Amino acid sequence: MSRASEPLLSVQGLEKHFPVTKGLLKRQVGAVRAVDGIGFDVVKGETLGLVGESGCGKTTTGRLITRLIEPTGGKIVFDGRDITHMSQGRLRPLRRDMQMIFQDPYSSLNPRHTVGAIVGAPYRIQGIKTEHGVKRAVQEILELVGLNPEHYNRYPHEFSGGQRQRIGIARTLALKPKLIIADEPVSALDVSIQAQVVNLLEDLQSELDLTYVVIAHDLSVVRHISDRVAVMYLGKIVEMADRTDLYGSPMHPYTNALLSAVPIPDVRRRSERERIRLQGDVPSPLNPPPACRFHTRCWKAQEICRKVEPPLTALAPGHQVACHFPENLSGDAPPAPAAGQEKEPGTISPVS
Amino acid sequence: MTFLELKDLRIHFPTDDGLVKSVDGLSFTLERGKTLGIVGESGSGKSVTSLGVLGLHKGGRAKISGEIWLDGEELVGASAEHVRKLRGKKMAMIFQDPLSAMHPYYTVGNQIIEAYRIHHDVSKKVARKHAIDMLARVGIPQPDRRVDSYPHEFSGGMRQRAMIAMALCCDPELLIADEPTTALDVTVQAQILDLMRDLQRDFNAALIIITHDLGVVAELSDDILVMYGGKCIEYGSAEDIFERPEHPYTWGLLGSMPRLDREPTERLLPIKGSPPSLINVPSGCAFHPRCPYAERTAGRSETEVPELLETAGGHRVRCHLPGERRRAIWEKEVMPNLEGTS
Ligand SMILES: Nc1ncnc2c1ncn2[C@@H]1O[C@H](COP(=O)(O)OP(=O)(O)O)[C@@H](O)[C@H]1O
Ligand SMILES: Nc1ncnc2c1ncn2[C@@H]1O[C@H](COP(=O)(O)OP(=O)(O)O)[C@@H](O)[C@H]1O
Ligand code: SF4
Ligand code: SF4
Ligand SMILES: [Mg+2]
Ligand SMILES: [Mg+2]
Repeated sequence: MSRASEPLLSVQGLEKHFPVTKGLLKRQVGAVRAVDGIGFDVVKGETLGLVGESGCGKTTTGRLITRLIEPTGGKIVFDGRDITHMSQGRLRPLRRDMQMIFQDPYSSLNPRHTVGAIVGAPYRIQGIKTEHGVKRAVQEILELVGLNPEHYNRYPHEFSGGQRQRIGIARTLALKPKLIIADEPVSALDVSIQAQVVNLLEDLQSELDLTYVVIAHDLSVVRHISDRVAVMYLGKIVEMADRTDLYGSPMHPYTNALLSAVPIPDVRRRSERERIRLQGDVPSPLNPPPACRFHTRCWKAQEICRKVEPPLTALAPGHQVACHFPENLSGDAPPAPAAGQEKEPGTISPVS
Repeated sequence: MTFLELKDLRIHFPTDDGLVKSVDGLSFTLERGKTLGIVGESGSGKSVTSLGVLGLHKGGRAKISGEIWLDGEELVGASAEHVRKLRGKKMAMIFQDPLSAMHPYYTVGNQIIEAYRIHHDVSKKVARKHAIDMLARVGIPQPDRRVDSYPHEFSGGMRQRAMIAMALCCDPELLIADEPTTALDVTVQAQILDLMRDLQRDFNAALIIITHDLGVVAELSDDILVMYGGKCIEYGSAEDIFERPEHPYTWGLLGSMPRLDREPTERLLPIKGSPPSLINVPSGCAFHPRCPYAERTAGRSETEVPELLETAGGHRVRCHLPGERRRAIWEKEVMPNLEGTS
């Protein structure tokens, strides 16, 4: 991973407010602030993980970056070009370089098309010439993702869930993209198949020099696959750091709560594990809480949290946090994820 | 007397494509106050097992054999009517999707009231009071108001709590939870698992938790049953399964799973291939096409179905490899690769 190089993708102040309308005249009465001013860079060859509870805006972020939906604010620079409002016509050649993998491999594959037609479609749509014909090119890709090239003429329903996800991946690889946005790529798969697909994504990355943004709610998978991780809450990035820092010394209370909620398969230590338990669910992005959006669920919230929005600030090298009272500031010992964590009294409950 | 005992339970479905052997010779016991975790990948027969215990296959096309003993009564041979009476009162179920278990046009309160009054001869008023108490018990805020809400007015986590309240309203002695947290966010999952742990302790119920998530079973279970292709392939205490697992499939599950409590590994260690079809279950050991150790059994893995044999103090394993070989493989070849590197 070359940290010094130019970012392949740079996002600044990105916003998507979905209008909420009422009545026959479709008068706008409000907006769902699905993504509300986020920024990050992704360097060539790196994997950025995007985590957070459902409804936090992860999928919308992916769809904005790939310009499947139009941003309502902010800027997206891809490979040195501002694509924020680029017309679909001018985007077309860039679309090759930027592909998306979806959670449900089945719903994103046309059941009436053969695997050959599905994986070969990008060539036809983009009008790309191949050296030895499309069929040969497709078969090479099938082989690359661990599918039998002889299955070229089979239909999606003839494959298992894991194989279908491989077909989905094969399709995105056809045009040799530079950036892949993977939205929950393994969450519909069985654990043994999840691991196959995670390994495949890692192998393809080093072989084809790919850059990834991986969106997932599974914090263990994200730690495994990512170089850096951004944590989203209600349309905002609340913490972003190297995976070692983020998982080793999480600073935002929300990140701490998320990590503490992950069930750990360590039966000897389960009784001594102390946990932070968040109350309730994520509030609606239609009327997000003012100032720090996490204050309605945060055990550290003070007056200032309800009045002043904490900016995303670098509190350690490469470690950005948006919180007035961060945890694990330098000097504090990083908590072992499974061991007891030092918190204010009343915020932790030992589970017996 | 053992509280719950399954003896060689088989549940097969005749279909146009052939006989689906969803559950194929399952035996286990469970006492009051204890939690059994059943893990396995999709299609391994977990849900069919739980529906079978509750008698919900009765009257369908399923071919059921074997015995299910609940508190001294045998249920496979019992009438559908009798088992229906036990359901709700003696045993209850929590599903992954609460909406499937709740009626959309009745308030949550009315559904609990109905369920309670089936088994208790009390006035509506008393039952309503009980419903409010149950909603409070499962952590629903303002239960005296929420009792009149409809299921769709609840968030996912609150709905799951309401379903737990419904399942517990008649104080069942056996509670089966089938993927109770799979559709929930990790923060809400943690709340629900805490709740189930507390309730089980307070009610002293026998709990079966069914999931594909090894982390979830590890949080709650006393004993764990690993299912593959409709059969139990390993059974033991939670410590047996997580600290000295002896079946290659269990090793495979552990190797597939990235873990937050360890240093990250370079690579995950997946199991090759995918879970079998239950119509054409592979010959011999159903796991043999995916097993890296099959070749070390002199051909038996492909031809002979291994028996589930006790290896030590209640720990049972279905594999042709001799016990010492398995323990040596785990210690020298498998366990070292599961430890993190950096
Ligand atoms: N097309 C849309 N119109 C209105 N609201 C939307 C639309 N798409 C998503 N949302 C809302 O935006 C929020 C973020 O959604 P999403 O990006 O899908 O979150 P995540 O992927 O993190 O679960 C949610 O509240 C969702 O309901
Ligand atoms: N009513 C039915 N008729 C035919 N096959 C069924 C029926 N119910 C379940 N099966 C099959 O039984 C197998 C086990 O299913 P299930 O118990 O739901 O798996 P799990 O819960 O472990 O994912 C699957 O192959 C499934 O297709
Ligand atoms: S700013 Fe305040 S409310 Fe927000 S996360 Fe930090 S401590 Fe909690
Ligand atoms: S019986 Fe053979 S194939 Fe089955 S788990 Fe044991 S070694 Fe592997
Ligand atoms: Mg999403
Ligand atoms: Mg199931």
